[in-house]
Amino acid sequence: MRFDYDVVIIGAGGAGLYAALEASGAGKTAVISKLYPQRSHTGAAQGGIGAALGNLEEDNPEWHAFDTVKGGDYLVDQNAAVILAEEAVRAVYDLENKGLPFSRTPEGKIDQRRFGGHTRDFGAAAVKRSCFSADRTGHMILQTLYQQCIKNNVSFHDEWQAVDVVMDGSRITGIIAFELSTGELHLVSAKAVLFATGGFGRMFKVTSNAIANTGDGPAILARNGLPLMDMEFFQFHPTGIRKMGILITEGVRGEGGMLFNRHGERFMEKYAPTLLDLAPRDMVSRAIITELSRGNGIQGSGAIDDWVNLDASHLGKEVVESKIPDIADFCRTYLGVDPAVEPMPVQPTAHYAMGGIPTDVDGRVTDGTTLWNGLFAAGECACVSVHGANRLGTNSLVELIVYGRRSGQAMAAYVKDAPAANPGSAGNDKLAHWKKRIEALKKGGKKTGDSMEAMKETMMTNVGVYRTEKNIQKAVKDITALRASFGEIGAQDRDAHFNMEVLSILELENLLDLSLHTSAAALARTESRGAHSREDYPERDDAQWLKHTLSRLDKDKIKLDYKPVDVSRWEPKPRVY
Amino acid sequence: MNVILDINRFDPERDSESRRERFEVCVEPTDRVLDALIHISRYEDGTLAFRKSCAHGICGSDAMRINGKERLACKTLIRDVAEADGDIVTLDPLNHFPVQKDLMVDQSEFLARFRAVEPYLNPKEAPPPNGEFYQSAQDRALIDDATKCINCGACYSACPKLDENPYFLGPAALVAAARFVFDSRDKGLDERLKIVDDADAIWSCDNHFDCTRVCPREIKITKLINLMKRTVNKYKEGQL
Ligand SMILES: Cc1cc2nc3c(=O)[nH]c(=O)nc-3n(C[C@H](O)[C@H](O)[C@H](O)COP(=O)(O)OP(=O)(O)OC[C@H]3O[C@@H](n4cnc5c(N)ncnc54)[C@H](O)[C@@H]3O)c2cc1C
Ligand code: SF4
Ligand code: FES
Repeated sequence: MRFDYDVVIIGAGGAGLYAALEASGAGKTAVISKLYPQRSHTGAAQGGIGAALGNLEEDNPEWHAFDTVKGGDYLVDQNAAVILAEEAVRAVYDLENKGLPFSRTPEGKIDQRRFGGHTRDFGAAAVKRSCFSADRTGHMILQTLYQQCIKNNVSFHDEWQAVDVVMDGSRITGIIAFELSTGELHLVSAKAVLFATGGFGRMFKVTSNAIANTGDGPAILARNGLPLMDMEFFQFHPTGIRKMGILITEGVRGEGGMLFNRHGERFMEKYAPTLLDLAPRDMVSRAIITELSRGNGIQGSGAIDDWVNLDASHLGKEVVESKIPDIADFCRTYLGVDPAVEPMPVQPTAHYAMGGIPTDVDGRVTDGTTLWNGLFAAGECACVSVHGANRLGTNSLVELIVYGRRSGQAMAAYVKDAPAANPGSAGNDKLAHWKKRIEALKKGGKKTGDSMEAMKETMMTNVGVYRTEKNIQKAVKDITALRASFGEIGAQDRDAHFNMEVLSILELENLLDLSLHTSAAALARTESRGAHSREDYPERDDAQWLKHTLSRLDKDKIKLDYKPVDVSRWEPKPRVY
Repeated sequence: MNVILDINRFDPERDSESRRERFEVCVEPTDRVLDALIHISRYEDGTLAFRKSCAHGICGSDAMRINGKERLACKTLIRDVAEADGDIVTLDPLNHFPVQKDLMVDQSEFLARFRAVEPYLNPKEAPPPNGEFYQSAQDRALIDDATKCINCGACYSACPKLDENPYFLGPAALVAAARFVFDSRDKGLDERLKIVDDADAIWSCDNHFDCTRVCPREIKITKLINLMKRTVNKYKEGQL
């Protein structure tokens, strides 16, 4: 079928929903989401949303902006970080006013807690900046925004999966979407399209990300010739539940939890003497892996699947049950451990994609030279870049609101004067292509399991917390081979309706493409910066590498290009905590 | 260990009745039931239909009946439902929802009832410019339980009242109503009296507690409904 809109938003997580609230007044708007909105992974966010409200301690947005830049190892575009920090305060009040049930201080104000890398006075000491609702902050944001969408009659196409875009030169004219319940493919025309499809942690074996986090947005655009930015920077969160990867929020350390090795040493004293357990995530993850490889893990095996302990038992039952109740529940359910009594076994887990679709501060997709008219991106799939080489905790949720809002407003302004979208014959051709492709997939073939596992394994082992030329080369080779044999994969399910299998094949294809971007960009960057840590090039090299990577997919290869970083405010300095 | 998943399979477009199919899977006792389902679909039978996403109990996608009881497949470990090698674990779709395919159910009516309670803040007063509504920690605590709902539908499946009265809004929608009725910032019953004070709303519940027993978020649903009943009575008597 054919649908016509002014604005189409792909994704119903925090970024998509916020943009929808802003844009839906301006023109005919629809949100397309492969999950029911309330199932989006924003709901998994635990620890908090950062804003310099100063409700408990003196704070100001400038410190927040500086921490963001330093935390990102100076690969952050500084103007974008300033906007993030300044508008964060408004964003949090706005969420509260829309009904978000924040935890409260005794005076009834929004409560705040410490989080990694967030400091007072340019690094002097940790500051209470993370606004939270127990350890369910993302759930509350997602629910609150969805409630507001109901209140404001935003229209949704639930369980539609976008599979392609229709372009007219550098202008977007529509998208192709697959409707799960019927198996129909739709051509949806739009003057403006926002990608808000979230992260892609599922390329790694151990991850905190949802099964649906397959990077569809970036992969679709990359296949259409657009570049992706800074794809080598993938954050490993230091504290995932052993083996499962389920996140234990940094909020646990913010409340006073501490990391210990098998000798009972609080090892962060060696690695970050000032901020200790609350150093930025890349540093804590490296510290853990270093401890494990020195045989200081709990088992002492020296292997990277060993673990360390995160202890919160000294906080007592009351704090655990009121401040981190879901964590306590996860630990009881999945580990049989009560964190009020025993420590939690943790290891780094693939968590957050710093890289993604390059945008300006209004969410418009651009690589600095070309601007793609009508095309926008926000949230984890976008790269503004406010996170640089390493995102600080609580800054993603801020980004969803601040940049979701800015994108929504920019789209509303854009569609007023933009010409009517006309996908024309390009649209029909793409629709016909996708009908053929889906039918071809249903002719059967190899199942996805082996290829999926092989990808996750090689990415985890070779492009993980620590990287070397030899390892990354291995990953590039493995991924290239998996992409080459991808054509052998097919679906056993021949049905049109509710064919989950066909969609999961397309998702695997997306992850494989993005794995190639990530590994190729990582191979080229011969320095260590933020989450990209090269054992063979342990130093940050500003002279050569203070620049954003732009990676373009060219059949089975990635072509790399670079773009300057905005360092207009703070001069890059060595990063010590 | 090896367990046998005995799955209710049904495709309304094709089948006149459901059939059961068994899959033997090799699992760790600490694996999730969801892991076993994913294994089947990725290696053995690509046609098996079920929803999933977060894999740790916070998105509400994979509620189903496991050994007859409503649970999230991702929050149920094999060892919770099977003890020994060769044990059988039965999987069925939720009750009170039309089946779409296998373990997938149609949530449209369930979500329509959620929307029917106007689940959004109707603030008592305009928010302070560039500031927050104050809310005491005690007032915040009143809504804590209700805000945890992930709309998984487990309670709606377990509720025996829906067999008698198919028009009952159901436990989840009432939890959503309670979340706002008890929010100190909201107009509460001034706006929502008509919705909750109804034979198909709070007054349909007669305390079976099945919803409370199955809720994977451990929300004390029945207690919230009873609290609403008392609050509505007081409100109507002018005592609020
Ligand atoms: C466990 C966990 C805890 C976290 N805790 C915090 C925290 O405390 N603070 C913080 O700041 N950040 C946190 N983060 C990061 C943050 O939650 C995420 O980066 C953020 O929520 C992503 O939001 P989003 O709107 O970009 O995407 P998502 O919420 O992931 O939504 C993506 C949407 O896109 C849709 N979609 C995807 N592909 C398609 C397609 N092809 N077609 C149609 N629709 C599609 C999905 O249906 C979904 O609606 C956490 C992340 C995780 C995993
Ligand atoms: S109240 Fe509990 S069981 Fe019912 S929908 Fe909400 S989370 Fe699920
Ligand atoms: S997959 Fe999200 S609740 Fe089970």
